[in-house]
Amino acid sequence: MEHPKKPEPHVRDPHPRDTGGPAQPMLIARDVKKHFPIHAGLLNRQVAEVKAVDGVSFSVMKGETLGVVGESGCGKSTLARLLMHLMDKDEGEIILDGLSVGTYQGMPLQDLRRSMQMVFQDSYSSLNPRLTVEDSVAYGPSKQPGISKKKAREIARDILEKVGLRPSLFGARYPHELSGGQKQRVNIARALALDPRMLILDEAVSALDKSVEAQVLNLLNALKAQLDLTYVFISHDLHVVHYISDRVLVMYLGQVVEIGPVDRIYADPRHPYTRALLDCQLSMHPDDRVEQAPLAGDPPNPVNPPSGCRFHPRCPFAEEICSSKMPELGDTLRAGRDQHLTACFMAQPNSGHSKAPTQAELLKRSAAAPAPMEA
Amino acid sequence: MTDATSDPITLNQEADLPQAVVRGYWASVWNRLKYDYVTLFCLVLIVLIVLSAVFAPWLAPFDPEKSSMANRLKPVGYKEYLLGTDEQGRDILSRILYGGRTSLAMGILPVAFGTLIGGLFGIIAGYYGGRVNMIIMRTMDVFFAFPSVLLAVAISGSLGGGLQNQLASLTIVFIPPLCRVAETAASQVRTMDFVDAARASGASTFSILKDHVLITVISPVLVYASTLVSASILLASGLSFLGLGVSPPTPDWGLMLSTLRQSIWVQPLVCAIPGIAILITSIAFNIVSDGLRVAMDVKS
Amino acid sequence: MWIYALRRLILTIPILLGVTIICFLLVQIAPGDPIQSLLPPDASEADAAALRAYYGLDKPLVIQYAVWLGKVLTGDLGMSIQVDAPVAEEVGRAFANTITLALLAVALAFIVSMILGVIAAYKSGTWIDKLFTSVAVFGISVPTFWLGVVLVIIFAVELNWLPAAGMGSSGSEHFSYLRWEDFKFAIMPMIALALPPLGIMTRTTRSSVEEVLNQDFVQTLRAKGLGEAAVLRHAVKNAMPQIIAMLGLQLGYLIGGSVLVEMVFNWPGTGYLLNKAILSRDLPVLQGTILVLATSFVMINLLIDLAQSIIDPRIKRS
Repeated sequence: MEHPKKPEPHVRDPHPRDTGGPAQPMLIARDVKKHFPIHAGLLNRQVAEVKAVDGVSFSVMKGETLGVVGESGCGKSTLARLLMHLMDKDEGEIILDGLSVGTYQGMPLQDLRRSMQMVFQDSYSSLNPRLTVEDSVAYGPSKQPGISKKKAREIARDILEKVGLRPSLFGARYPHELSGGQKQRVNIARALALDPRMLILDEAVSALDKSVEAQVLNLLNALKAQLDLTYVFISHDLHVVHYISDRVLVMYLGQVVEIGPVDRIYADPRHPYTRALLDCQLSMHPDDRVEQAPLAGDPPNPVNPPSGCRFHPRCPFAEEICSSKMPELGDTLRAGRDQHLTACFMAQPNSGHSKAPTQAELLKRSAAAPAPMEA
Repeated sequence: MTDATSDPITLNQEADLPQAVVRGYWASVWNRLKYDYVTLFCLVLIVLIVLSAVFAPWLAPFDPEKSSMANRLKPVGYKEYLLGTDEQGRDILSRILYGGRTSLAMGILPVAFGTLIGGLFGIIAGYYGGRVNMIIMRTMDVFFAFPSVLLAVAISGSLGGGLQNQLASLTIVFIPPLCRVAETAASQVRTMDFVDAARASGASTFSILKDHVLITVISPVLVYASTLVSASILLASGLSFLGLGVSPPTPDWGLMLSTLRQSIWVQPLVCAIPGIAILITSIAFNIVSDGLRVAMDVKS
Repeated sequence: MWIYALRRLILTIPILLGVTIICFLLVQIAPGDPIQSLLPPDASEADAAALRAYYGLDKPLVIQYAVWLGKVLTGDLGMSIQVDAPVAEEVGRAFANTITLALLAVALAFIVSMILGVIAAYKSGTWIDKLFTSVAVFGISVPTFWLGVVLVIIFAVELNWLPAAGMGSSGSEHFSYLRWEDFKFAIMPMIALALPPLGIMTRTTRSSVEEVLNQDFVQTLRAKGLGEAAVLRHAVKNAMPQIIAMLGLQLGYLIGGSVLVEMVFNWPGTGYLLNKAILSRDLPVLQGTILVLATSFVMINLLIDLAQSIIDPRIKRS
């Protein structure tokens, strides 16, 4: 796969709605948790809970694209909905440009809606089949205080033009009269209609054909530069994440197992799960064909996650310590954006795992890794 | 990846899609309906029946409540009595025309009220889910334990006769099924991404219910409601037949049938006429609602 | 299977409880004060209060309901105001007449609708199909009480073949369906009652048989050289569970819905009893009859559901 040039994250003039300054991350998630209770039996009692998102922390810098990868069911989509406040989190804090969302002194939910928007996967349910394209895009703005219906329509037509859909041609169409790529452009337009500073893209290109996918990815990159946006890009497709992201976060069963700059993760994955995921990618080269599936079995049931490291039942290097102790990821919030963190005993010196590196090896390894991108 | 060097924003959008005729949902429904001649015929029939009931004062040759002892139980075509007279010498044709007013009203009003109330409960139950859903739907289940005729007779029977009571009991009969249809549709809408997108854009729950849920729920509910009109006409005339409807001098098809029943040995044909009016109206509504259901099925 | 049966059984209990609540409330929503009608016009307030206390009507509604429910569970449905007999006795006698008539009507509807439905499905799109479908629409749309009147006009008034009403001179106690002289009385009510379920079941049979006929395995059967009659037998067998389900539902509706037909033919069943109770405002009889009919409707549905899960193991319901 050939990667066209990636727009560099650059320092710009601060956004007019900027509150925290250029060094303040656009988004900080601190120890976010969401557990779903499971009811069963004749009396419908709670018998267990699914730990969909279990203590996730990360930050996203301004102008950056953070890729989030993981198998289906690892909690990616729940995380997206928590960040968007479509779902109430059980624990944790979400800070947008220095302001804690939904707290007494922080940012009210209505302001969050204007600053952060979400692009959904293209599916039959992403657009209301009874609304025209223009109505769908104008809906968000029309619900904002002080924006008339007429003004909302103007905004919608303007945004449709920006995402490459001529309003005179597409504005009056219904979703069933659009192709997949066009529908996804409408989804993007709808998210941009409120002039957000940040987009959460949940499997935004996953349902598209490869050629259409490339067009939409290019559109996203262009819009990012043009409108000074920050992305959280959630996908199970590692090629796409490699192409669009500056940093990558790998999730497994509701937890972050690895986080770091995209090139480092792809060149030198340290967590066996990340390695397995990368091995699963189909290569263009016939010599590099994978003979055996690197990941055996389904992900374990998130209702009763395994003890210790959650990956250990599927991990080829699992040792005793892996099932008794949970490996720490380290402080993702304190660490810089170039930092590569891994929640695996094999990556942590003196952890007790037989493959754990010594301090000296670790230093040598980080020196050999490709240099982090200049900020 | 293809075409990475070209301008990333504009793509050859015209080539992407054949020029589809842009057409709204209702336009496409009408497009299908206009070739269904049986349904169209029945639709015209319904319009005629409604018009003849509305304009009864101008169309009726006689006062429907004026009795004439000399002209009791005359056969069809006797003098100027086109459809004969009843046991009090009142003109059957005039009574049929006027009687259409109560009979049609009792076909449409209970279904309309049932749609409003049942639809509202169904949308609330479907959209909120959880405990709210359980309370509403389990209550509806209890009403489903009664066959519709029995429920109507039970409520009307204890409330007694009169139009308002008939309206109330029939409305209660139609709330549970309509509620169930609305609940199914609303609970499907609830899981759609476009509802989340609307919430993400800051729309209130009320706006979402109004702008997104209602618009999706309304067509299955209306299609279902249209199938109930005929049932409502039959039920209402049945209740009137039992004496649980309008009070006597007022004409009503069910009530006419009930009183004329005493005279079948004298004028059998005349006695059957009010039932024919009920039958034709009920068949017409049945066929139209069937045709509507087929035409509104978007998948075909 | 057994777990499903048990669950289904347990789920029936709250429904039945709900049914009793509605039946109890029927008397409460009735206009007029029951005490006033029992008192002489010159009775004092104290007399009224005493009588109210005697009947337990001064207690809160919930207590009244509990007392009433306790009596119902022991089979005591109160006393009829009109004939001064226990309601349970009256309803029991009438119920036997209703259920036999309903069973006969459903059997008739089942046989005829199977014939019409299967032929219509097999000849789908032809004039025969259209004719039989029209019969079905007629059955669904026809007011049964009017149909009853028309039947009486034709067969009793004009042709004088069948008796117009009632259960014959020997009365309902000595009525036997096996004796032609008696059975004659049941023919017209049976036909009038059978027509609406006949219409609905013809439709169901037609659509489910047609659906099976369009499936791939039927083509395979034909390709294997199976005769048309054998193909049809396969199709009907596959469509059967759905038809059976509809059959049960219709039986339930007939038991509750025979009020009007029974009235037209003076058939001494629950419907006739209900009608008398409505005319004379005999609320205990009204309440008791409704309770028995609704309960039997719930029980029939339960039985059908259980029978279905035995016949068709594919049906898994939660």
